[in-house]
Amino acid sequence: MNIALNIRNLKKVYGNGVSALKGIDLQVEQGDFFALLGPNGAGKSTTIGIITSLINKTDGQIEIFGHNLDTDSSAAKACLGLVPQEFNFNVFEPVIEVIANQAGFYGIERKEAFERAEHYLQKLGLWEKRRTTGRQLSGGMKRRLMIARALVHQPKLLILDEPTAGVDIEIRRSMWEFLREINSSGTTIILTTHYLEEAEELCRNIAIIDHGELIESTSKKELLNKLNMETFIFDLSAPIKALGLASGLSMKLIDETTMEVEIDKNNSINRVFEFLSSNGIEVLSMRNKRNRLEELFMCLVDKNKNERRSAP
Amino acid sequence: MNTKEKFIAYKTIVIREVLRFSRIWVQTIVPPMVTMGLYFVIFGNLIGQRIGPMEGFNYIDYIVPGLIMMSVITNSYANVVSSFYGTKFQHSIEEMLVSPVPNYIILLGFVTGGVVRGIAVGIAVTIVAMFFADILVHDLVVIFSMVLMTAILFSLAGFINGVYAQSFDDISLIPTFVLTPLTYLGGIFYSISLLPQFWQDASLFNPILYMVNAFRYGFLGVSDIDLGMSYAITLIFITGLYVFGLRLLQKGHGIKT
Repeated sequence: MNIALNIRNLKKVYGNGVSALKGIDLQVEQGDFFALLGPNGAGKSTTIGIITSLINKTDGQIEIFGHNLDTDSSAAKACLGLVPQEFNFNVFEPVIEVIANQAGFYGIERKEAFERAEHYLQKLGLWEKRRTTGRQLSGGMKRRLMIARALVHQPKLLILDEPTAGVDIEIRRSMWEFLREINSSGTTIILTTHYLEEAEELCRNIAIIDHGELIESTSKKELLNKLNMETFIFDLSAPIKALGLASGLSMKLIDETTMEVEIDKNNSINRVFEFLSSNGIEVLSMRNKRNRLEELFMCLVDKNKNERRSAP
Repeated sequence: MNTKEKFIAYKTIVIREVLRFSRIWVQTIVPPMVTMGLYFVIFGNLIGQRIGPMEGFNYIDYIVPGLIMMSVITNSYANVVSSFYGTKFQHSIEEMLVSPVPNYIILLGFVTGGVVRGIAVGIAVTIVAMFFADILVHDLVVIFSMVLMTAILFSLAGFINGVYAQSFDDISLIPTFVLTPLTYLGGIFYSISLLPQFWQDASLFNPILYMVNAFRYGFLGVSDIDLGMSYAITLIFITGLYVFGLRLLQKGHGIKT
């Protein structure tokens, strides 16, 4: 398998002395849909900024499809597409020109640039807005414009920094579908997001950064296997009189007919059903309190925080 | 990027820059025509007739080249400083930074945009001047080469100002407190031979004097400064500013952290 992105010992110390990255090693395989997760200020955006040449690194090496970003930057950059977190297009330019100009920066002839712009604007439902200036677009449209712009030169590696922040659920889901389509056509995707449901839905491999260090990098499946405890919410048909006590289960009432149960992965959820049946209570519905990745993410970040506190 | 791709990228930046100022032509092309028209009326016709001939020419004919050059200088500079600062302010400079466009192409693209606006305004002002003065031509090569070099020089200067600017105030400070005084004292309205010796010598430190005089030579065939010296000074400034501007881009000054 080819490596799309290879990061070795990446360090960044800002001018004010803040060490944002403390020597990160990371590999993303070609064709992967990869999530880069971490709390605010963890170093995700700094990592992406360095990969995309928007931030100067302090130390380390980056290769994009085998092209070193320092010594072969033109070839490395040609493989990359970026959808940044903040809107960064000229808001006074018509939408179609934003896309066509970006194509021009990659050496694509103007005629072809406009043809490609049409293709991606159609795909992302912005064709009707092609003559509109960026400032007249809604937040969701601006996000889609940035995705179209990032794709116009058909990059082999697409980096999306919080691509669905602030967009409604319908647009978010349609964007997920589009990204899946892009990924299945062979484009490697790296995604950062605060919506862990999004990462769980889309990504195959996940890395977690916290305080400038990589605390996890593995497949989603393996990561979720590490989840020891899950929390479920049960909606019950009748009020429950008394909670049972059982090893490996922790139950508490939220109100008379709603119960929260924590269950470790060695226990069967059937035990909860058995307990409720024995009390003559039916389960009307059941759901996870948080999605599984979110649960695990919180565990890992808390663990890292405790380790750093206890470190001498 | 191969040479063809680099040229396409350069062309893209230039088209974008030219479209930018063309869309707002009422703000970019018309005002200098109005301002220079007023200069021609007041300094040329009304006051100029009382001043009398300068270096053997009608006063208005004498000041026309300098006034054209003044509009070229201010507009080349203003175009690049406002455009580059605008791309920084909106972060749209990142579109170019993530792409494989070499830094020198970015610099040349912005500079060409400034040159096109400077020369477009220069032509517009020349057309206005034709209503007030006789446009004499002594040496077309000098006229075109000097206006081109001056526009390049001040586009580069505007670029550097744009790189350092951190607010909209910063993009007007240099034009107001440096560029305008240097331009007015650069021999547009007078020959430095009229000044006391001290001020004649002091004027020689003003680079704009060399450009205005060479440009005037192209029209009238008279100059306070040796033509070769004017070209040499202008070329030295262009080279210095180009190297400095490119270095700022390579370091990512003001655009990368």
